[in-house]
Amino acid sequence: MKSLLKLGFKERTYAQQKAFWGFLYVLPWLLGFIFFFLIPLLTSLRYSFSKIEAKSSGILITSTGWKNYVEALTVNTSFNRTLTEAIVNMVVNVPLIVIFSLFLAVLLNQKFVGRSVARSIFFLPVILASGVIMSLESSSLVQAINDQNESSGILSGFGSFELARMMLQAGVSETIVNYLTGAVDRIYQIVSQSGVQILIFLAGIQTISPQLYEASKIEGATGYEAFWKITFPMVSPLILVNMIYTIIDSFSNNTLTQLIRDTGFVNFNFGLSSAMAWIYFVAIAVILLISTYLVSRKVFYHE
Amino acid sequence: MFLARLFSIESWKRWLWTIVRLTLIAGLSFVILYPILQKISTAIKHQTDLYSPIVIWIPETFTLDNFRNAIEIMDYWETLLNTFGLSAMTTILTALSCAFAGYGFARLKFKGSNLLFAGVILTILVPPTTILIPIYLNLKDFTLMGIVPLLTGKPVNLLNSYWPFILTSLTANSLKAGLYIFIFRQFFRGIPKEVEEAAYIDGAGVGTTFTRIMLPNAIPAIITTTLFSFVWQWNDSFFTTTYLTSSKVMSTQLSSLPYNLAIELSGGDASKADPFYLSMVQDTGILLAILPLIIIYLFVQRYFVESIERTGIVG
Repeated sequence: MKSLLKLGFKERTYAQQKAFWGFLYVLPWLLGFIFFFLIPLLTSLRYSFSKIEAKSSGILITSTGWKNYVEALTVNTSFNRTLTEAIVNMVVNVPLIVIFSLFLAVLLNQKFVGRSVARSIFFLPVILASGVIMSLESSSLVQAINDQNESSGILSGFGSFELARMMLQAGVSETIVNYLTGAVDRIYQIVSQSGVQILIFLAGIQTISPQLYEASKIEGATGYEAFWKITFPMVSPLILVNMIYTIIDSFSNNTLTQLIRDTGFVNFNFGLSSAMAWIYFVAIAVILLISTYLVSRKVFYHE
Repeated sequence: MFLARLFSIESWKRWLWTIVRLTLIAGLSFVILYPILQKISTAIKHQTDLYSPIVIWIPETFTLDNFRNAIEIMDYWETLLNTFGLSAMTTILTALSCAFAGYGFARLKFKGSNLLFAGVILTILVPPTTILIPIYLNLKDFTLMGIVPLLTGKPVNLLNSYWPFILTSLTANSLKAGLYIFIFRQFFRGIPKEVEEAAYIDGAGVGTTFTRIMLPNAIPAIITTTLFSFVWQWNDSFFTTTYLTSSKVMSTQLSSLPYNLAIELSGGDASKADPFYLSMVQDTGILLAILPLIIIYLFVQRYFVESIERTGIVG
């Protein structure tokens, strides 16, 4: 028996052997994918079309058609508002985060005193700005009071307000001014969400070969031109990556996921909760498709 | 003469840029560090300093009472040990299983492997909220396609144990595991094929090639995934508060800290406690929770950039 097995094994070509092992290596993931992802995903889809009751004998599932979806979109008081808020927030934040992190990555790539210290400070949000710490931080009363004290000082008149007045007088359109000053006011939120993106951009910039910069310098390009003609096209695939990452990340933990969870685990309305989660998923998928389509046409691949 | 003036304008420009850059970086660093500094300052204040109008940063009466309270109520040392164990365990298992899967997808092509890789991408894109409820119900009555009831007679309840974390990380489906598989795949694709072929000619099978040749070369990718996986597991409140309700790990302890504290202080009635003081101790609790991470970060931060550079996500 054993020799037969060995014989069978020997007769495989290298490619066949690799295919066999490849399947074996992927198998643990595949099992997990089926049990902890695919089946739950389909079950969740089924739940969203049915009414779930927990009886002593087990879980009773009765099909109700689109009722849960209709309830989520028309009856539930906060779902629509939270969903649009989450989407608007994302649309506002993602361009800011991507541009900001590209800018900072270029900055952190230059040589200056204390660069390694600055780098470690800028990657700190990767560690801190996630999960429970972030959600507790927003509810900290002491911090709110301190902020209040500070902004009531003499300096509060200065700052983004002054900037807004200056720009309005210069004839910049009001929407743009509001967008920019809003960004200044939310600087902590933006900085704390761009840790991973800065890392990815920084790594991307460092893989650009120095010969390109040398050649452009000899031809007389300024630093500004070198950025737009070399750095920007070379990292443009990463702009796509970072954009997708930012969208997913901004959706991973917000008030909407909280609402979906509460509907499921506090009110025990599993059907409604699943329907909400599916609307949410479809919304994300649509946004990802549109933005990927728009950006990927502009991406330059150096090949 | 003309050249000298040109030179001076150039150098002026450079100086100006240095100053602007310094201001920007210092300012933004302050923005990032501000909440931590604030927490430290709050943590060492006495309760009376909170109401004193002259105290902003440096406390008038220095005290460690907040730390003592937070440590006692959070059961800090036990919690720390539990959290560390949980994070370390999931990190090691996740890194291993993702390395296997990543290598399988990168180099060991078989029929349909590209289709399965599309599945990996799908796991990254679907928000965990969507599949949370079925997973929860599934783990509550865990049957594994009817195998478990055959052995024990009834389904097991896996909630409130570490089993959900062990199972998902063993099968490379834990928190953000799709991302790690992606990183590993990109990295292994960057290693020249000739290395593998040379190993094969020297008589190494696929398994030996992987453990003796590919894994030692993949250290940057391993560092990146272990770092991310450890940190995100440590901070995760989404899965942890769902799977573990009574176990003492950092994120559950932290989220129930204000309530427990209020009970402790006012002797049973949570509504009587002073909300400002609660917030103060909560800040101390957050500080205690992230302290181990910051200490670890200080030691490994220089590998962060280096390893991301070499993982090939960007290549």
